[in-house]
Amino acid sequence: MSATAENYRGYNFAYLDEQTKRMIRRAILKAIAIPGYQVPFASREMPMPYGWGTGGVQVTAAILGPDDILKVIDQGADDTTNAVSIRQFFEKTAGVQTTTETGKATIIQTRHRIPEATLQDHQVLVYQVPIPEPLRFLEPRETETRTMHALAEYGLMHVKLYEDIAQHGHIAKTYDYPVLVAERYVMAPSPIPKFDNPKMHQSGALQLFGAGREKRIYAIPPHTEVVSLDFEDHPFEPTKFTEPCALCGALDSYLDEVITDDKGGRMFVCSDTHHCESRRAEGHVGALGTPITPVTEAAE
Amino acid sequence: MTIAQGFAEPVREQQRTFRAVMDALSRPTAPTPYSSSLGKAGPLQANAYAIALTLLDFEVSYHLAPSLAEAERHLTFQTGSRRVNDAGQAQFAFIDLRHDPLDLAAYAQGEPDYPDRSTTVVALCDGAPESKKLVCRGPGIAASSTLSVPGLPADFVDQWQANGTRAPLGIDLLFVMPEAIIGLPRSTRIFGEAR
Ligand SMILES: [Zn+2]
Repeated sequence: MSATAENYRGYNFAYLDEQTKRMIRRAILKAIAIPGYQVPFASREMPMPYGWGTGGVQVTAAILGPDDILKVIDQGADDTTNAVSIRQFFEKTAGVQTTTETGKATIIQTRHRIPEATLQDHQVLVYQVPIPEPLRFLEPRETETRTMHALAEYGLMHVKLYEDIAQHGHIAKTYDYPVLVAERYVMAPSPIPKFDNPKMHQSGALQLFGAGREKRIYAIPPHTEVVSLDFEDHPFEPTKFTEPCALCGALDSYLDEVITDDKGGRMFVCSDTHHCESRRAEGHVGALGTPITPVTEAAE
Repeated sequence: MTIAQGFAEPVREQQRTFRAVMDALSRPTAPTPYSSSLGKAGPLQANAYAIALTLLDFEVSYHLAPSLAEAERHLTFQTGSRRVNDAGQAQFAFIDLRHDPLDLAAYAQGEPDYPDRSTTVVALCDGAPESKKLVCRGPGIAASSTLSVPGLPADFVDQWQANGTRAPLGIDLLFVMPEAIIGLPRSTRIFGEAR
């Protein structure tokens, strides 16, 4: 047994004690009943730094059961240090089955992306959130932002976004682009690219957001209206890519720029690594890609 | 004066019960299959008792409708939660629709800055088939769906409409039957009877 596994021995299922889980579960139920509203909760210390998504980890720990299949992604990838650590944390503390296949997972914990594959009704997407308050950049005082939400007073937000248009000709925000949930609360979707915003709208999956340092939980129930803030003369436009993925040729996925050598070579590839791999396994090949044999879980 | 047994495997069973409640509230009006492993706690049927064990502790208080008063000793002993007589002070409330009048306005509605400070009402009903179907829309419902709950009071649609006008304040309902849970969060709207 590794040293890390040894460290977790003697802890509760999914690390958190039952008292803490109950408190988080109550907050989750309120969050679902009031879509987009930030429910305060008593965030606990987790055995990882705050930047590692302790809010998302606590939400996952509170809902996770022995029959769940967990996928963890960071910037779309299953194999970054952050994603691997969180996945191992739950393998060790809860003994749950994990996967990299989006369609197989019952719970997907994510940082900065929504998977490309359309999520289904039996799935829960858990977001790691650094700053839950969309009005924070306008008003640092929480008593004030709370009142603004209570009165649905979002005029200042629109003014700010419109100033962008006046200055740049378009809204400059490309990440964490604010949305209106169920025609009531303005919500921060966490630093996902605005490319992903349309996927939140009428998703079949329940979406839960956990902010550990800021001690907030919020939610978008399945099949809920989620609208990116915009203006009649400047409608919301998700990021578009002019070239396909270099490896799988996808035209409709979010691409990351990857440096290929030290001579300034670069290519654009899918940020959702599982999406890219499954497309290649199906025989799709991009300009710089080579055909691959199907990926199997056992081979990983 | 024996106390009703708690869960044999609390960690696993509380998780299973919570997920049923979470599913029910995420998909309003759709019955979520659920049967607890427990027996009754006095007048409180097994599934409602399981929900109490899953969500109550010393950090919250609960209210009991008159027909369920005898459940107090079980709930207080098993959860450490405190019973309050004022429904407006309770985070959770238990009511049996077959015996107790329902008054949604009597419960805690939340505050404008904290709409989450409201009562979640656990309403017991029997599993009898119900022919009346109410058309519902709202978050968690694709297009529209129908709510079918046995034993709703005659003025329920009016009460629910009034609850909706307080949004985002208001109470959330969990209808609990012997083999299912139906969630009705404050965000769901009723559009009359289905024909
Ligand atoms: Zn690709």
